[in-house]
Amino acid sequence: MTQTVSNVDGQAGDEIFGADTVAKAQEIIGRYPQSRSALLPLLHLVQSVQGYVSQAGIQFCADQLSLSNAEVSAVATFYTMYKRKPCGEHLVSVCTNTLCAVLGGDAIYQRLTEHLGEKGKPLKHEDTAGEPGTPGSITLEHAECLAACDLGPVLQVNYEFYDNQTPDSAVELVDALRRGEKPAPTRGAPLTDLRTVELELAGIYPADEREFRSRVDGPSVAVETVRGAQLANDQGWTAPTMPETAPALPEVEKK
Amino acid sequence: MAEDKGPDPITPVLTKRWLSPNSWQLSRYEELEGYTALRTALAGTPEQLVALVKDSGLRGRGGAGFPAGVKWSFMPPNEDKPHYLVINADEGEPGTCKDIPLMMADPHSLIEGCVIAAYAMRSHHCFIYVRGEVPHCIRRLNAAVRDAYGAGYLGKDILDSGFDLDITVHAGAGAYICGEETALLDSLEGRRGQPRLKPPFPAAAGLYAAPTTVNNVETIASVPFIVNGGSDWFRTMGSERSPGPKIYSVSGHVEKPGQYEAPLGTTLRQLLELAGGMKDGIGLKFWTPGGSSTPLFTAEHLDVPLDFEGAAEAGSMLGTTAVMVFNETVSVPWAVMKWTEFYEHESCGKCTPCREGTYWLAGILARMVAGKGTESDIDTLLDICDNVLGRSFCALGDGAVSPITSGIKYFRDEFLALCDRNKAVSENPALAGAHS
Repeated sequence: MTQTVSNVDGQAGDEIFGADTVAKAQEIIGRYPQSRSALLPLLHLVQSVQGYVSQAGIQFCADQLSLSNAEVSAVATFYTMYKRKPCGEHLVSVCTNTLCAVLGGDAIYQRLTEHLGEKGKPLKHEDTAGEPGTPGSITLEHAECLAACDLGPVLQVNYEFYDNQTPDSAVELVDALRRGEKPAPTRGAPLTDLRTVELELAGIYPADEREFRSRVDGPSVAVETVRGAQLANDQGWTAPTMPETAPALPEVEKK
Repeated sequence: MAEDKGPDPITPVLTKRWLSPNSWQLSRYEELEGYTALRTALAGTPEQLVALVKDSGLRGRGGAGFPAGVKWSFMPPNEDKPHYLVINADEGEPGTCKDIPLMMADPHSLIEGCVIAAYAMRSHHCFIYVRGEVPHCIRRLNAAVRDAYGAGYLGKDILDSGFDLDITVHAGAGAYICGEETALLDSLEGRRGQPRLKPPFPAAAGLYAAPTTVNNVETIASVPFIVNGGSDWFRTMGSERSPGPKIYSVSGHVEKPGQYEAPLGTTLRQLLELAGGMKDGIGLKFWTPGGSSTPLFTAEHLDVPLDFEGAAEAGSMLGTTAVMVFNETVSVPWAVMKWTEFYEHESCGKCTPCREGTYWLAGILARMVAGKGTESDIDTLLDICDNVLGRSFCALGDGAVSPITSGIKYFRDEFLALCDRNKAVSENPALAGAHS
């Protein structure tokens, strides 16, 4: 298998994706019975290097997996998380599916397009405020249901959850991001940047155990999450009691 | 509590540990009966576990409600090819928000369920396919898998049973369609997530054309409890054909949205009581029993038992018990338009009825909501729906038409009212202008 990347985009691919990235790619590929299964993680991996899936990124995946560029491109263009143009330091995704929208998600998105855009020129879906990749730059998108409907309206920064948002709180949040601050998510690991999270999505975690655990242990429980369990606890409601010891497994004819 | 009164209104089983501090950690899980079911299971035979899950009546929690034990029994008894267990954690059905909190709060319950299920199906490699937009959930799963290996619950010769299992946590990349099991398998093979023709079903030719079972997170996380409690205990909750507890995710215009785990068959009236009633006292207008792909219900349906049979008899489906509640202030055509735009975006494009149908449906609805519709648009919508429902490659098409047909069924007047403004100038209702 070739370890170098063809010259595309006027820049040698192997300068972009060094030996370190190749090693990570090989580690990922090793987790699957068939190498092609590693394609989605590898696309996350190249996105962690460049902040988007470039033509060089496509070529890198193709080389690692012995696929054609067309085969990789077909996959990269199918999934919304693979961005085809350079992204900001942060990706802000606002849920505008029906339920979040009705609770304020549409208003939040609208407000952010105007706030992050220039006068009379609001941002469009997947536009970036600031120079992509530079500190404080923000790519804005509207997202489909993010599976946090009891906490709506929600938005995510680099896919970490900020729950129960309002247009004002969202503006405060993006202003803080532009100042270089990293406000803590309601649920998720301490905020980093899009590329760091993309590396995690590729399945590569900090080698340092304490750093890994500190990210794993970021908060996850919202009041809403445990509302039913808490109410049951307060009321003394329980599921019917299980037998003291597990009942014998049913008898079946030996095959 | 009197015994004939039935179970309590809330029956925390899957959600019980969520209240414990650091509930996601292995040590906490082990303190709270964690991995005890695994020892019981490994002492039995695979056939016994399949029989137990069949006896329990556990039905798939991902929406379709197929009996889990029956699904498991489709796996071939031989191991001519490797067997795969794939967990569908691609939670994305609008309104659905139960699996992500489960995996964040109690990932080991899923891992333990995976080991038991894999043993029952003679699988030695399990994949957990999680949607990509939830890295925190994925971190928790990765940590849980790492810790489970360390403690001997995964890997070679698990708990000296001779059984081996590896688990790989796999992140998706943003595609609702990958929640469809065969699209998920294509995606896991590194392809575009497009559904496959069935048959062959995954048990015959699934991942890498090998025998595969795809199960939902909540389904598999229920398994350790069934092993520990037995099928009779499981059946003390719910109904004969829909037994067990279920996580109802209540969202929208209620005072206290959240996750409420109650016996199957609980009604919206009961759920609203638990959730503190309608927000600010504004009346209920419409709701979904199980996500946007399940036909809408209205205030007439407050007492429908929310189990597989009850929801179906009342003209909808139980789906994922994603109970989205909308009050009187919300326009039905607008809500239907928003959902239709979602299906249009998420249609994979493989089959014509869904790809073209969702495109035109979204355009017509947008035009109507903009006040440029005509009465004939309603007929056009229903006609397109008729050509999508049952004629699409997978269930996404069926789901896409649910909000439209049910919305028009219960709220036709609202769709008609949108056309009033335009009545005088309705000479130009050409479809060609749908996306103008």
